[in-house]
Amino acid sequence: MAIPSRKKKQGKILTLVMIPLDWLEERSGIVGGVKYFLFRKVPRDTSWWHTLGSATLTAFLVQATTGVVLAMYYKPHPDTAYESIERITNDITLGWLVRGMHKWGASVFIILMFLHMGRVFLFGAYKYPRELNWIVGVLILVLGMLEGFAGYLLPWDQTAYWASVVGINLNGTAPFLGPFLAWFLQGGAEIGSNTLTIFYAMHMLLIPGALIGLILLHLYLVVRLGVSSPPWSDVAAGRPRPTVTSNGRAGLVNPAPRSGKAK
Amino acid sequence: MLVGLIVSWPAVAVGALISLVFGFLWVRDVTGDVRGEPAAASPPEPPPEPVLLAEPEDEPAAYPRSKFLELSTLGLGGVITGIVALPILGFAVLPPFINQELDPVDLGPLDNFPEGTWMETTYLSNPREGEVSRRTAYIRNNGDLEPGVPSFTLISNRCVHLGCPVSASGPRSDQSKTIETKVGELKLTEVTPAAFSCPCHGGAYDTEGNRTAGPPVHALDRYVFSIKDERLYLGLPYSVAFVKGEGAQAKIKRYPHSGPGQHVDGFEAWLYPIVPSQVSS
Repeated sequence: MAIPSRKKKQGKILTLVMIPLDWLEERSGIVGGVKYFLFRKVPRDTSWWHTLGSATLTAFLVQATTGVVLAMYYKPHPDTAYESIERITNDITLGWLVRGMHKWGASVFIILMFLHMGRVFLFGAYKYPRELNWIVGVLILVLGMLEGFAGYLLPWDQTAYWASVVGINLNGTAPFLGPFLAWFLQGGAEIGSNTLTIFYAMHMLLIPGALIGLILLHLYLVVRLGVSSPPWSDVAAGRPRPTVTSNGRAGLVNPAPRSGKAK
Repeated sequence: MLVGLIVSWPAVAVGALISLVFGFLWVRDVTGDVRGEPAAASPPEPPPEPVLLAEPEDEPAAYPRSKFLELSTLGLGGVITGIVALPILGFAVLPPFINQELDPVDLGPLDNFPEGTWMETTYLSNPREGEVSRRTAYIRNNGDLEPGVPSFTLISNRCVHLGCPVSASGPRSDQSKTIETKVGELKLTEVTPAAFSCPCHGGAYDTEGNRTAGPPVHALDRYVFSIKDERLYLGLPYSVAFVKGEGAQAKIKRYPHSGPGQHVDGFEAWLYPIVPSQVSS
């Protein structure tokens, strides 16, 4: 008697889960989309090396989440910034943990990006047709390091202050536009309270926004082009390049002239 | 229009007119090649769809309505984007370069600067900003250059390598004097430097601010000074390549105030033809 009732229960739960999912799927196709994203075909000889990319993504998500929560208690003003960081670390419940995750996670993010980049380089996974994804990845790396540079000032202690002074002045020594870049970063002729809010806005809004966009593009390209098999694989990686078309153009875009008129 | 926001409202109007006129011209321009010769406002019959069939000579005089709508949407969108984006871009980029000139800083009565002694002076360079604008200058009363013409040396403590604070290497008085001027609290400490040195990367300077060792690219920056009602005022900063002579007899060529690490003389200075301090207001 117990078994059929449990089955009945399971069926009930299944229906309860499936009804909203069906509702969503019918209106958005999102279930299919998620399935398409998660259950892609990958080469059979992928290894742990191929997980570095998703590890980097996880590190980014940790940074984003902890950053949002830290922003609720951080006060970006020269008079209050250091104090508020102290409060987060010492007084606010679990603040020490979240701040620690954000602080150490920043290094983890950068390290994982480099490891992921090394994997892609050594596996030759940057080759045709994945060059664009390499370029996007390099942009993500540069923005990630800028994010670290901007975030470093926020605790507003002596290390943060002078490291940022030196960093800004290093930018200032770039030829021609360097001095203007330094003034822009400082928000004026000298480092001051504007510098802190400018770095805060860059760290919180500008760079993360750009990063999220680039990461989505990166993922789109991964899904579109597929995961490459490792160099020792029996399965050939990549795909053949397009052949030269009849009109002499070797391209995918507009291969044949329209309306028979050659330009 | 942006310039007008700073200068005056009539200039805004002129700027808006200019942007509208040029916006219109631009729209006309981008749609020009599809409009070709001026088309009839409404062709009596719908234009044929000869895209695939027509011979090149048979190009219709009228252009398709869809093409016009497509381009005018794009053009209008571009103009709207421009109108919205320009002020935002201006706000993002211009403020650091405008209203940056600071008032001379009141450093208190001249009696606080006895002849021949260095005073480490910390002051608020911008009282509205508060403590974050506290800066340090090393100030020495050189005595009179000639009767009635006083001479002061005011050296900035910002290392010209990458901007760390240089300190006076030498005996330092235990007693600091704190005085209150109308721009805030001022701290004066007597120092007897044999040199100025930077903790970050080992830059070293002699007491005239000339580089003696390490990575700095020229001598320490200085400030102009003025005296009013027997009080010393610290004025605008300027950069110095090299100081010839010392004290009141020093011969100094003034260069526009440049950031740390930026050459002011020699061929490397070609890398910095214009620095922000020359164009900011």
